[in-house]
Amino acid sequence: MKGLFGLVALLLALVAALGLVACGGDNESKETATPQAAATGTPQAATTGTPQAATSTPIVRSGPKEIILATTTSTQDSGLLDVLVPEFEKDSGYNLKIIAVGSGQALAMGQRGDADVLLVHAPSSEKKLVDSSAAINRRLVMHNDFIILGPDKDPAGIKGMSSSVDALKKVFDTGSSFISRGDDSGTDKLEKSLWKKAELDPKGKSWYEESGQGMGATLQIANQRDAYIICDRATYLAQGAGLSLTLLVEGDPVLLNVYSVMQVNPDEFDLVNGPGGKAFADFMVSDKAQQMIDAFVDKKSGKPLFTPDAGKTYEEIGMKTPFG
Amino acid sequence: MDLIWDGLRESIHIIRTGDYAIWEITLRSLLISGSAVVISLIIGIAVGAAIAFNEFRGRNLVFSLVNTGMGLPPVVVGLLVAIFLWRSGPLGHLRLIYTPAAMVVAQTIIATPIVTGFTAAALRHVDPRLRTQLYALGASRLQMLWIVLWETKLPLLAAVMAGFGGAISEIGASQMVGGNLAGDTRVLTTAVMLEVNRGNFAPAIALSVILLALIFVVSLVLTTVQQQERT
Repeated sequence: MKGLFGLVALLLALVAALGLVACGGDNESKETATPQAAATGTPQAATTGTPQAATSTPIVRSGPKEIILATTTSTQDSGLLDVLVPEFEKDSGYNLKIIAVGSGQALAMGQRGDADVLLVHAPSSEKKLVDSSAAINRRLVMHNDFIILGPDKDPAGIKGMSSSVDALKKVFDTGSSFISRGDDSGTDKLEKSLWKKAELDPKGKSWYEESGQGMGATLQIANQRDAYIICDRATYLAQGAGLSLTLLVEGDPVLLNVYSVMQVNPDEFDLVNGPGGKAFADFMVSDKAQQMIDAFVDKKSGKPLFTPDAGKTYEEIGMKTPFG
Repeated sequence: MDLIWDGLRESIHIIRTGDYAIWEITLRSLLISGSAVVISLIIGIAVGAAIAFNEFRGRNLVFSLVNTGMGLPPVVVGLLVAIFLWRSGPLGHLRLIYTPAAMVVAQTIIATPIVTGFTAAALRHVDPRLRTQLYALGASRLQMLWIVLWETKLPLLAAVMAGFGGAISEIGASQMVGGNLAGDTRVLTTAVMLEVNRGNFAPAIALSVILLALIFVVSLVLTTVQQQERT
């Protein structure tokens, strides 16, 4: 009997505790969702720029305090955002919510106005989004590169090849096991574009499989299956030690992996936090963030993962046909 | 095999030091799933009692619906809740997506049919004469319900256990409506997934051990209560 009462008391305590938490959250969200904030704050700051601009108007100090960042799994899985985001939150006072999905889904979130700012790596799809005016102010942030990994034995014999397209042709011809993301992510889009350049269609072949998962998870599958895979270098280095796969092809200019930041257009969607999105985008190309990206190394391997690129163009990085 | 032993050894170290914010994540899991279960108990007992005590047309259909609900795929619930709560959705202006509150909503939807099903099944087995007798003694509806519930508290504890187990171990809905935000909506299951994707198996194992221990402790407490009641 006593036990039951104790349990009930415990549950009630839990409810009370969560009630407090939830109420706090509620007030905050109500406050942030006030019509004034949305109506006056957003366009104002969108034109004038910085969050300070909002302070000069009497009504709104706040504006929404939270920003939703839709980004790729690689920026989260590599640990880069764990380093950058606390700095940004400290400097700006914003609360950044990172939703790590594939670039395809991240761009779709931007398309629907479900995020405020995007950090993605799918140049041709990014361009479409900007052209449709759902996203604005696209800027390059950093790059690393994609690499082709495969089993040690290398049954397709692609080791050391300089052309990734030729390498994929050999994988195709030998029917060697290959794992694709198949999730419309930036990596997936790149892989598809390489097959297209090779004028081959691996879809439906018995040796070609799609995981439908993030980079880290897909890399695990390829590793277990002794399969070929296209992977971004950051994810590869982060998992490197535990992998039996070998790096076979690298350095082809088409394998460059360029990340851009862009704001979701606050004029297109009422609920988008325009000033917040701009603040994060500006932060990513700021000297401070760029230096942090430059200094960021993989914890396990100690190798640098990204090269900062703010202010550069695709051509300067060495990418000839970013939208091809 | 190395992975298992090294992972286990390292996970013990992590549990001891509390690295990777594991205790914070554990507490949050408890709070979110605990709240979801409490809310689903309130709804589930009310609905379950209504189904069990009242004769009405289509009662069997309702029973089947509840039983179907007991197997609701969490990822479907997650998608549904997300569609409503995304900014582009009908409730987007509430700004609830990617908050603990959204996770409580989703887990409540998952746990409520489970609690309802268990409650209805338990109450159906109560001798109907007990209710008649209670009314004859002048009990109000609410008093009657309270006494009957007290009589069936053992199966109801099973409802709590099943509901809690369902809520705390689901991942699809938590990931989709919570977003797995560090320090905000990251719970045990989504944290395990993240660490695996990062190739950090030791913390993934540590978190799994905690999750299992948590479910075990809750079951143990409830089972102990059940046993005490019997004697």
